[in-house]
Amino acid sequence: MNILFRAKVIIKRRPSILDPQGKAVEKGAQHLGLNNIRDTRIGKFIEFTVDTKDKSAAEKEVNDYCAKLLANPIMEDFEFTLDQI
Amino acid sequence: MTKPKFGVVIFPGSNCDYDAFYVLRKLYDFDVNFLWHKDSDLKNSDMIILPGGFSYGDYLRTGSIARFSPIMNSVIDFANKGGYVLGICNGFQILLEAGMLPGVLLKNNSLQFVSKDVYLSVESNSCLYTKGIELKKVLKVPVAHGEGNYFTDEETLKELNDNNQIVFKYSSPEGKPGEEFNPNGSLQNIAGIVNKKGNILGMMPHPERASDPVLGKTDGRLVFDSIGKYFYN
Repeated sequence: MNILFRAKVIIKRRPSILDPQGKAVEKGAQHLGLNNIRDTRIGKFIEFTVDTKDKSAAEKEVNDYCAKLLANPIMEDFEFTLDQI
Repeated sequence: MTKPKFGVVIFPGSNCDYDAFYVLRKLYDFDVNFLWHKDSDLKNSDMIILPGGFSYGDYLRTGSIARFSPIMNSVIDFANKGGYVLGICNGFQILLEAGMLPGVLLKNNSLQFVSKDVYLSVESNSCLYTKGIELKKVLKVPVAHGEGNYFTDEETLKELNDNNQIVFKYSSPEGKPGEEFNPNGSLQNIAGIVNKKGNILGMMPHPERASDPVLGKTDGRLVFDSIGKYFYN
């Protein structure tokens, strides 16, 4: 019988890539009077379920999904967690 | 003279497909077919155009989902065998996502969508697309994009330079490339690159929108003139 996992993926811009969006948002923080905010970087959070026979099969599939579609390895790094539902 | 036969791919969200079709068919009398993204038949095309637009709503990343359309498998096979592929704007973004050209297009450094005429200097004329254009010639052509900020690692950038793969740079009206003329912050003011073999060109500006005299500018025609003139020569 298959097991259902909840996958949560975080995609971040690689540190070497400038993030003008993060910078613009941080300016907003300063306008709010939040003067201690530094190094704002904007990424993506994606969640979905995976229906596989075991955890290692789920890991492989999620890793493929991230590496081939969800993230572009030239500019982004990804990490994910898998929790059995 | 035998004329090349074109295939213009339509993705859901393409919006410069008819512009490209119109220029090739009506202004040049070339043989042109539309290619639907769900099909895989390239209809014996000699050159594939990936047009501008917002394929798949630009969801996830520009070009990232279009890259997996059935037609793209055929386009990749075709290009691997030396077939000519021209990606304009969103088409360039798709070429990069598909790994057919190196690098990536980031959000414009201004964070703004930029729609205006720019000047391009022709930096390389060793590929078919610019073979008929004088080196350093300046073209006035429009851009219209939110993600045109070309980026790649240093090693790839060096390779692009060493192999003469940087075809267009944003420049002054006199042809001097410079950051002040660059609408998006791209590395080295890059506006268009070609692969090493010279058969795949990706460019952010729209030559097809600067071809009909009715639109007030015709410098884009130099690219299509070059293709028409040298395809079978």
